Amino acid sequence: MSLILVQILNGLQYGLLLFLAASGLTLVFGILGVINLAHGSFYMLGAYAALTLTARFGDIFVALAAGVPLAFLFGAAIEWLFIRHLYKRDHLQQVLVTFALILMFDEAQQTLWGNYPESIPTPSYLSSSISLTSDLGYPVYRIALMTICVLLAIAMMFVIQRTRFGRLVRAAESNPEMVEALGFDSRILFRIVFAAGVAMAAAAGILAAPVESAYPGIGDRVLITSFVVVVIGGIGSIRGAFLGSLLIGLVDAFGKVFVPKFASVLIYALMAIVLVLRPSGLFGRQ
Amino acid sequence: MNKPPLLEALGLNVCYGASHVLRGVDFRVAPGETVSVLGRNGMGKTTLLRTLMGLVAPKSGEIRLGGVSIVGWRASAIARAGVGFVPEGRGIFPNLTVEENLVFAARPGANGRRDWTREALFDLFPRLAERRGAWGDQLSGGEQQMLTIGRALMSNPSLLLVDEATEGLAPLARDDIWRTLGLIAGRGVAIVIVDKNLDDLKALCRRHVILVKGQIVFEGTADGLVAQDEFVRSQLGL
Repeated sequence: MSLILVQILNGLQYGLLLFLAASGLTLVFGILGVINLAHGSFYMLGAYAALTLTARFGDIFVALAAGVPLAFLFGAAIEWLFIRHLYKRDHLQQVLVTFALILMFDEAQQTLWGNYPESIPTPSYLSSSISLTSDLGYPVYRIALMTICVLLAIAMMFVIQRTRFGRLVRAAESNPEMVEALGFDSRILFRIVFAAGVAMAAAAGILAAPVESAYPGIGDRVLITSFVVVVIGGIGSIRGAFLGSLLIGLVDAFGKVFVPKFASVLIYALMAIVLVLRPSGLFGRQ
Repeated sequence: MNKPPLLEALGLNVCYGASHVLRGVDFRVAPGETVSVLGRNGMGKTTLLRTLMGLVAPKSGEIRLGGVSIVGWRASAIARAGVGFVPEGRGIFPNLTVEENLVFAARPGANGRRDWTREALFDLFPRLAERRGAWGDQLSGGEQQMLTIGRALMSNPSLLLVDEATEGLAPLARDDIWRTLGLIAGRGVAIVIVDKNLDDLKALCRRHVILVKGQIVFEGTADGLVAQDEFVRSQLGL
């Protein structure tokens, strides 16, 4: 029973972090129509930014508060420099350019932070554990991490569902040309959406850093799993990304316990099953 | 035309790759005027509307709105300058409710007036009021078309570009759309409309142009269309 409870928590924690990373990817793919292979790099840069900012300010949450706006500005600059040129190009060119960005960010990471894994300290006030049962504890930081992820997810869904900007995003997801023809400059909308996606991915990287450290290639794993989330949830769907992330988190957590050699196989099997039953994903439009 | 033009296109040339779709088109719309654009499929009608809306860039030529050149403007800027667009295929947002679709583009017109509000639209389309909470993709074809027209009106345009608004609709729904377009025209909104229903267009529009292979081969009133009936029917394939 304790094992199941811990795995549920681990699965939710992984799933929620994955949601932060994947939500930007699904919006960029769904609205901007860009396959952004470099999305995992923003998660990696978030983790390394956590290393630098925590060393500077002494607290991961200050690093988060400083890092997210910086990531937003960085994302806006990347969109202006590279991504905006890809909107009318085919997917092959998008893949090639964003692959070049991966290499660029990887080289920059190695130059700035080196090739070794770096651990980021958990805040001392969150370094304890809480008792789940008489013989089982769970780290407080992970509870805090999940809470922040849930709050960010609620905030994102509120913005998407309840605000004028959210209406714009949903409308652009189905028909960006019509959004433009109704008087909204899609260049600004696209830049904000891309920058917000980068900020969310970086937030996931910052929050995850004390749990899984910062190391070269950390973004590659996140990128692949995020693409699985996008496929399962449906391209462009935030609700789908949320459900898909939690499903993957739980399947991964339980797979690692019950069929450790095949845990990653289960994730891709889940994707295949969803694609067979619902080709456009759980919440994707036909 | 006695009034100075609201919209004026001069020597408009548009190409899609090697295909020369509009060939030196001159086209004018006066304030409050209703103009139909007729022609067989593939003659450049939709391209003309999309070019006027800024969704297609002309290769050469001039387009003026209220005397100001709008060539090179983004569609969003043209929309804000007072042009509403009802695209072929409706272009509603399926993942927004009827009400969200309507308030989406709500703004005063370029002249500062706000004649078309949500309430005014619900008066014009009572069916949309009944279905205000429904998602865009839950509507019938006729309801979707009402929504598309209503959404364009919410920006209080002085000119409405309407592309095949009645295509694929049942006769009753089609009649509703024609009646509504008549009411809109009666409120002083200029309309350029592409459609295939010649009789309905004759009843609605003051002036008609026929496009053949990207060139205007006829421009005149409904009486002119009748006077040149044989020529018109041959050009339209009727």
